[in-house]
Amino acid sequence: MPLFSELKEAAEKSRDKKAAIGPDLDLNQFKRQSEDWSYDEGYKSFDAQERDHLLRAGIELTDEDHAGTFLQADRSIVHCKTSQPGLEIMPITEALQKYDGLPEYYWRLVNVEADKYTAAAELSLDNGYFIRALPGARISQPVEACLYIRTDGLSQHVHNIVVAEPGSQLHIITGCTTHPGVTSGLHLGISEFYIKKGAHLTFTMVHNWAENIHVRPRSAILVEEDGVYLSNYIVLKPVKSVQMYPTARLAGKGAVARMNSVVVAHPGSELDLGGRVILEAPHTKAEVIARTVTTGGTVISRGHLIGKVPQIKAHLECRGLILAPKGLMYAVPELTGEVAGVEMSHEAAVGRIAQEEIEYLMARGLTEDEAASTIVRGFLNVEIEGLPEALKEDIERTIQETEKGL
Amino acid sequence: MFQIEDLYVTIEDQEVLRGINLHIKKGETHALFGKNGSGKTTLLMTIMGFSRYQVRQGRILFLGTDITHLPTYERAQLGVGIAFQRPPTIRGVKTKDVFRVCAGGKMSVEALAFEYGFENFMDREINHGFSGGEIKKSELLQLLAQDPKLVLLDEPESGVDLENLQLIGQIIRRLLQKDQRRVDRTKAGLIITHTGYILNYLNADMGHVMAHGQVACQGHPMDILEHVKKSGYEECVRCLCFQN
Repeated sequence: MPLFSELKEAAEKSRDKKAAIGPDLDLNQFKRQSEDWSYDEGYKSFDAQERDHLLRAGIELTDEDHAGTFLQADRSIVHCKTSQPGLEIMPITEALQKYDGLPEYYWRLVNVEADKYTAAAELSLDNGYFIRALPGARISQPVEACLYIRTDGLSQHVHNIVVAEPGSQLHIITGCTTHPGVTSGLHLGISEFYIKKGAHLTFTMVHNWAENIHVRPRSAILVEEDGVYLSNYIVLKPVKSVQMYPTARLAGKGAVARMNSVVVAHPGSELDLGGRVILEAPHTKAEVIARTVTTGGTVISRGHLIGKVPQIKAHLECRGLILAPKGLMYAVPELTGEVAGVEMSHEAAVGRIAQEEIEYLMARGLTEDEAASTIVRGFLNVEIEGLPEALKEDIERTIQETEKGL
Repeated sequence: MFQIEDLYVTIEDQEVLRGINLHIKKGETHALFGKNGSGKTTLLMTIMGFSRYQVRQGRILFLGTDITHLPTYERAQLGVGIAFQRPPTIRGVKTKDVFRVCAGGKMSVEALAFEYGFENFMDREINHGFSGGEIKKSELLQLLAQDPKLVLLDEPESGVDLENLQLIGQIIRRLLQKDQRRVDRTKAGLIITHTGYILNYLNADMGHVMAHGQVACQGHPMDILEHVKKSGYEECVRCLCFQN
């Protein structure tokens, strides 16, 4: 584990380093000052408009029906609570102090020198969450975590660490969103996930940003023997740019990773998304599935499976629908098998809705529009346990709006 | 009940059907034979109104209505139903959702699926990873839910093992009200079959042999089948020449 001074030094060197992929951003164009928002035990500082906006990112602003809650507005932690034994939630800054810098976890999976965004998160960290399910803890209700930009033009820097200790079970729903009045800004999010032996983590991330927000998550996941990592990523609303390419390492025998993403790129949005899984141990399994729709924006859908040992199984699927004359979709599926005995496949399809599918449903009595809607709805179908009803309704509304572009 | 008059159809400007005439009365089941590429599937797809199949001449009448240029869904709503030979997979769309579209709220599709041991497929994406037999079962159960008056079946027995063939036969019998007296039946059927196995369950009334986009020969389906097995389809083409 490098010392803090070494981390800072490494980050300093990468201060201006462009990311390998994605549009480059000048970090100086964003503010680093914001109001210090005070702690809000009863969520009383949120008006009706803000509450509605947060709900669209899956954030209910209640401690009820949640095993724990975490809410960071700009740079301030405004709510953080644990309601179930076996679950630990605290701001990352507090965890770094409490656990002597989290030497086992902090910057152990994501490289601080990767680019200017990782560097900025280290050199100028706001906060982030540390969530840990203790050994054997079965956390039945979801944990709700929210990273919220409340100040226009702000660059928010967070570092999150999630640890599912051996035999534990945990479901986190993270909503990332902005205040209704915020139109521009940047969110830099470092996330490191540790799924230990026999643990099970479901991580659902809902992005509900604004039209001029840029987002640069940098995530990595380590899954040990018989551990399971399931991630769901949903972005259905306009955003200026998102570039992320999380990497999961399946390091223990029988480990599993499944990454699903459901994406709508609106006009003006540039989304460069993907998932990479490195299968390092026998009997590991991975599935990366991206379903993307463009109504005029750009989607680059990446996926890379790397099989390093025999007896692994992995599948990659990038499917895209172009529902507007000018949408761009670029699917980049990659498979790397480094030994004999790996079983890996990919499937990529980009285009409009097949006439054959529409007519099949018309033969069952649906009009052409109804048939197309049914197909888009199925394509974007999001069935994730624990999503608030209001979010499901909002997803439904978004799908209906997307269908109007047909 | 159903009539085709002098039907000419093109696919991408290639003439595929050339002057088809067909008349199916209420309660009747007709079988359609013919070599691959003879126009059988084209005929069914044209009856259903799919966009690839352009009617250049002639008309299709169903229950007294000229449906030649109606959109597919209106034909379906009038009571024309089809079981496809190779239906498309629609990713994300669940089998139960398509069944519900077919039923239009008139029946419990869950109960229907349970009755035929299909309940484990209802949450799966329609046709995705289905075996040949499962596809046929799905198609026919959709028709049971849809309850059409004119039943079009495109090779319902292909890809089905012998054990399941009996079940497929039972479902088709139910679709075509075969357990009722002919005068009491309200439905009619047109079935494409290559092997003729399915006819063992159906007692079809009339057979038509297609060749080169025309109906080359007509007669009792079992006689035709026997004839084809013995002498091949070329005999039927000669039959056409004789008629002309």
